Amino acid sequence: MIIPVIRTALLALRRDRVSLVLSFVVPIAFFSIFAVIFGGQRDTVPKIKLIGVDEDQSSASRQLVKGLESEGSLTVSTKPAPTKDQPQPVDYTAATAEAAVTAGDVSVALIVPHGFGDHPISFGPGSEGTAIELLNDQSDAIAPQMVAGLLQKAAMTAMPEAMAEQGMKYAGQYLGGFTPEQQKKMNNNLEELRQIESRKDATGSSGSLNSSGGGGIIAVKSRSVVGQNKKSPMISFYAAAIGVMFLLFTASGSAGALLDEAGSGALDRVLSSRVNMTGLLAGKLVFNILLAFTQLTVMFLWGWAVFKLDFFSHIPGFIVMGLCTAFAVAAFGMLLASICRTRAQLGALSTLLILVMSAIGGSMFPRFLMPEAMQKAGLFTINAWAIDGFTKVFWRDLPVTALWQQVSVLLAIGVVLFAIARRIARRWEYS
Amino acid sequence: MNKQSTPTNSAPFSPLPLKIDSLVKHFGSVTAVDGISLELRDGECLGLLGPNGAGKSTLIRAIAGRVTADSGQIAVFGAAAGSPASRAALGWVPQDLALYPRLTARENLSSFGRYYGLKGKKLEKAIAWGLEWAALEDRAGELTRNLSGGMKRRLNMAAGLIHQPHLVLMDEPTVGVDPQSRNRIFEMIEALRTQGMTIIYTTHYMEEAERLCDRIAIVDHGRIIALNTREALIQSSFGLRSQVIARLEGPAGEVSAWVAARGGRLTDSTAEFTIEHPAEIAALLEGAASTGLELVDLSLRRPNLESVFLHLTGRELRD
Repeated sequence: MIIPVIRTALLALRRDRVSLVLSFVVPIAFFSIFAVIFGGQRDTVPKIKLIGVDEDQSSASRQLVKGLESEGSLTVSTKPAPTKDQPQPVDYTAATAEAAVTAGDVSVALIVPHGFGDHPISFGPGSEGTAIELLNDQSDAIAPQMVAGLLQKAAMTAMPEAMAEQGMKYAGQYLGGFTPEQQKKMNNNLEELRQIESRKDATGSSGSLNSSGGGGIIAVKSRSVVGQNKKSPMISFYAAAIGVMFLLFTASGSAGALLDEAGSGALDRVLSSRVNMTGLLAGKLVFNILLAFTQLTVMFLWGWAVFKLDFFSHIPGFIVMGLCTAFAVAAFGMLLASICRTRAQLGALSTLLILVMSAIGGSMFPRFLMPEAMQKAGLFTINAWAIDGFTKVFWRDLPVTALWQQVSVLLAIGVVLFAIARRIARRWEYS
Repeated sequence: MNKQSTPTNSAPFSPLPLKIDSLVKHFGSVTAVDGISLELRDGECLGLLGPNGAGKSTLIRAIAGRVTADSGQIAVFGAAAGSPASRAALGWVPQDLALYPRLTARENLSSFGRYYGLKGKKLEKAIAWGLEWAALEDRAGELTRNLSGGMKRRLNMAAGLIHQPHLVLMDEPTVGVDPQSRNRIFEMIEALRTQGMTIIYTTHYMEEAERLCDRIAIVDHGRIIALNTREALIQSSFGLRSQVIARLEGPAGEVSAWVAARGGRLTDSTAEFTIEHPAEIAALLEGAASTGLELVDLSLRRPNLESVFLHLTGRELRD
């Protein structure tokens, strides 16, 4: 009797496309996304973007920057990428580098100050090394620590003659000096080291960076330029990230009322009244926008009340980003509802799309942890643009004018999705 | 939106409430409406009688502007079907329970009233009328999904008439309701009739058509095969003849052969004969006795609309 039961269940499952999608397609899609992010090839590991500002322009500072540039896990830039307006951009300064970190272009900037080359190495008692400044964004806790470690590694490997010279200096100071013969030998060795480094410079190769980096060889002074005054560093990020994901679920569920009405005949009756399809869809869109915006507001108020999110200092930015995000997700919901024939279809499709969008769009984990290609793919999601915008408002304390890019993209997404939804909804207009 | 305050007022338009000319509608290879022409008079109740799939609902939906005809024309008080003027003049009670289940009865009426442009006191007045007409005043605050089937049907009707139209399309409004609720619905429609409302009423129950309608259009395979008053339809099909209904017992083959030989029609063990004079009954009784068949039950009746449909199509109305 078991076999007939299995057979009946199999027949039912075969015809239940929703269950099939949820059983097989969603897990496979998720497995693939997480595999790409966390289990991919070595070259898919995201590189840390670092701005290097060499104010010193000494031999030691140049070697240090060069050493960092050769490090495979860093992408070091000393000037902004050329644009149409600025085809030949000038080098970053300490101020423009700090502005870039503040704007979220990079997570870390490294400033090599004037005088670094005079005393590059800071080990030993009473060391007078000039400290390198690391400017960082607190939302990315990993990047500054990695850069600090790699900095020490570069000092060890890319500036051997500076290391040796400083070591000899300390030895001379604390051992009571060298004999002339010892001093001569050391000077010869130092010269040899300098020549080796010169040859490496000429051939474009760098010092070996395979050795593990030590700590404290050069003085580093870290400073958070974003989030330094935040009481709860990542609350605003997660409020936006989780908020947007559930907004998408709410919007698709709410838009599904259209399918209920179509099924019951209420839609037909409404369309036989004064209301036309454009008016009906617009009404539902506005309702869903208000619903989504209210949902976001409640979420951020909860963050303020429970997690000390600084909500009331960012009201204008919240309203702008909240409305734009709500518009985009509401239009997304309308599109899904117009594509699907039944509530069950809508449930399966929305679950699949929203989870995938949330995974690659940064709602589940920050996009800066993802491989480069995945970060770019995330730009095709509402989540990424919404999270970027809310981060600018709540994390970077940027003014509303700085949101133009996110606002433009979200509004464009909303307009396009709604236009497509309206086109597809023609199937309900007449038969 | 019309300017009338109650459904009892006569239409403000001079043209006929409804004029359909050679209407054709195909769904793929199926011809749902096949060249129907029809005129409806002011204050008339016209019944569209036909089996399921005859094309009644498609015709109604075309009049409501929800189906685009392949050819032909529909004018509602002179306005094309689907036009704003036509929508305002029409009330549509669809076959489905086209309501919002999570809204109360009052909220449903309010929503549909607003969709028709009602607001303020006009809307309140219309809601009060709808609740009273549907006898739902004491259930006005009840969620629609919690109402009984009959109540939902009545609310469905009130929602279609909330804007007080001049022409009402009722598409099988008694489907799935118990006899008591059906009677209540009949009373509601009769109340509209006495107020002079123009109505098109589709059904596949001949009793409903006979009770409610001034004229009856018999629809089959997308065509109107007969259109007249009940009496005229019966007269044209049967003249003064009557029908004899006889229940016979005996070997199935013999019963079938005997009924066929006398021009009758056998359904299960019940035979139906058309006779010119009651005296012909005696001959039937004798014939049955002589062939050894047992006549269990016998009755005489005047032909009805079902008889007319059978006569015209060779099929029963509910086939």
